[in-house]
Amino acid sequence: MPETAQRTTQGKQPLITPLRVVIGICLFAPFVAMLWVSSYAKVEPTLAGVPFFYWYQMLWVLISTALTMVAYKLWQHDQRGRRTRQGGDAR
Amino acid sequence: MKDGVNGVALAVFIFFFLAVTVMGFLASRWRRAENEQSLDEWGLGGRSFGTWVTWFLLGGDLYTAYTFVAVPAAVYAAGAAGFFAVPYTILVYPLIFTFLPRLWSVSHKHGYVTTSDFVRGRFGSKGLSLAVALTGLLATMPYIALQLVGIQAVLDVMGVGGGENTHWFIKDLPLLIAFGVLAAYTYSSGLRAPALIAFVKDTLIYIVIAVAIIYIPIKLGGFDEIFAKAGEAFGQTNEATGKPRGALVPGDASQWTYATLALGSALALFMYPHSITATLSSRSREVIRRNTTILPLYSLMLGLLAVLGFMAIAAGIQVKNGQLAIPQLFENMFPDWFAGIAFAAIGIGALVPAAIMSIAAANLFTRNIYKDFIKPDATPAQETKVSKLVSLLVKVGALAFVLTMDKTVAINFQLLGGIWILQTFPALVGGLFTRWFHRWALVGGWAVGMVYGTAAAYGVASPTQKHFGGSSAEIPGIGEIGYIGLTAFVLNVLVTVVLTLVLRAVKAPDGVDETSPSDYTADAGDPGVQTELPKVGAETH
Repeated sequence: MPETAQRTTQGKQPLITPLRVVIGICLFAPFVAMLWVSSYAKVEPTLAGVPFFYWYQMLWVLISTALTMVAYKLWQHDQRGRRTRQGGDAR
Repeated sequence: MKDGVNGVALAVFIFFFLAVTVMGFLASRWRRAENEQSLDEWGLGGRSFGTWVTWFLLGGDLYTAYTFVAVPAAVYAAGAAGFFAVPYTILVYPLIFTFLPRLWSVSHKHGYVTTSDFVRGRFGSKGLSLAVALTGLLATMPYIALQLVGIQAVLDVMGVGGGENTHWFIKDLPLLIAFGVLAAYTYSSGLRAPALIAFVKDTLIYIVIAVAIIYIPIKLGGFDEIFAKAGEAFGQTNEATGKPRGALVPGDASQWTYATLALGSALALFMYPHSITATLSSRSREVIRRNTTILPLYSLMLGLLAVLGFMAIAAGIQVKNGQLAIPQLFENMFPDWFAGIAFAAIGIGALVPAAIMSIAAANLFTRNIYKDFIKPDATPAQETKVSKLVSLLVKVGALAFVLTMDKTVAINFQLLGGIWILQTFPALVGGLFTRWFHRWALVGGWAVGMVYGTAAAYGVASPTQKHFGGSSAEIPGIGEIGYIGLTAFVLNVLVTVVLTLVLRAVKAPDGVDETSPSDYTADAGDPGVQTELPKVGAETH
């Protein structure tokens, strides 16, 4: 990590930054949640008569959407930051 | 099933069908470009679509009539196992968030129209590109055929399918008309036609789902009642297998199947040529990323749709052909005029993807077989002409397929198509991130995946079929039952890695890579990136 930090100052930007790690986690979380089937393969607790198995997955549609949106916003932020830094170097 | 023709429903259906037909033909005037004789224009809508058009187009493309019929039909038949479609579509979006923008950039920089174009440019290998193109064609054809199966299901329930004794021509006439019209406007308007019709399709679908999910449970006594009845039905023993018909939640033994099906299908979805066609038609890189944040709306709809399968059970729908369960539910539950709207939604839902798929298949043929192997000096105008003709041929082929062969053949091939198309993942997505894989190793891995996948699927028996009875089998070495496509994919990657190591060690000639690292992050407005109306082949030598 110290090495990558050094490179930043030399104009070449690091490939892995804390921001990008967060983006990665946002995008990876749905895989963990959905592929771990035994964590949600049950009937109880039901929600308005719908077994847990179904409403939990539907809930994850919303959660994953929110996570992707966060990832998108962070990515835009990341790209803008890079561009201004690059622009600064050039000038 | 009610006897005779449901007149009101049919009238509503025909009204919507005529409306979209007119739209289809007028679509060629919508945002028309100056040069119509290029494949970017006909086959990618001028690469000019913004966020919302792309959203409708992708939604119209991925959530097909067959999806509307098959997903709830699977839930109706087996319960929880059919619900894997929901985690599957959840996983799709983070995936495409990471790789599709790169594909968009490199394709716009080099004027690529198909995934095979990219593979050829990246690895300098016509053989690998041909393998990807053929896989795409093979996987798409049965998919188009299944759209017809979707329309047929609707026509059957409306009573225009005719009885057993009807002459085949009369029986199939409605289908022939629907497809004739579809073929005509796809030919004249290209990708603009399905893009415009997708608005109507999705609006209808959302209305129908919203109404169904509120209205039907009220009539059936609430979700408690629906799931209680469904649980009861699934507990009963199936005479053919001696096991319970299904389950409300997957048991321990079927959890691997559930997870691998979801993951494998998610990896495969954006390998399909028609998904890529819709993606490349978007205006900028941003449009794609923004879309991954709004596309999950469709997953929500799909989940609600799947629940209709339980409602069909609770409503006591008894059908011999599971595909008819949902159309029959609509017919029984809704007033005739609204049933007509629901049927129109499914029918139009078949036309949009069928049009995009035939355009995608035609582009593949034109770019990666016709231009690469038959007529390398084809002009853009000639390419467009060939593509238009092939789009017709593809549809005629699909029609012949459905009319002459048993429906199960189309379903079997569709199942195989999913397994096959996943085998192009290492070349395409691998190629987007690294040039490390050797082109011959990718061909080797692809071949192993294709052979293993086909052989394993052939060996799956079901109570009704000796072969191709399902898409999951035991995973060698793990012992759990999993999706064959994903097992084949893992094998594919292993073979590719090992062969690459060997080929690199013996210094086998590496192909020429015509792309450069900055091509993968270029956006509209950057130098060299063609925005609207690029000239086909201008940069592809």
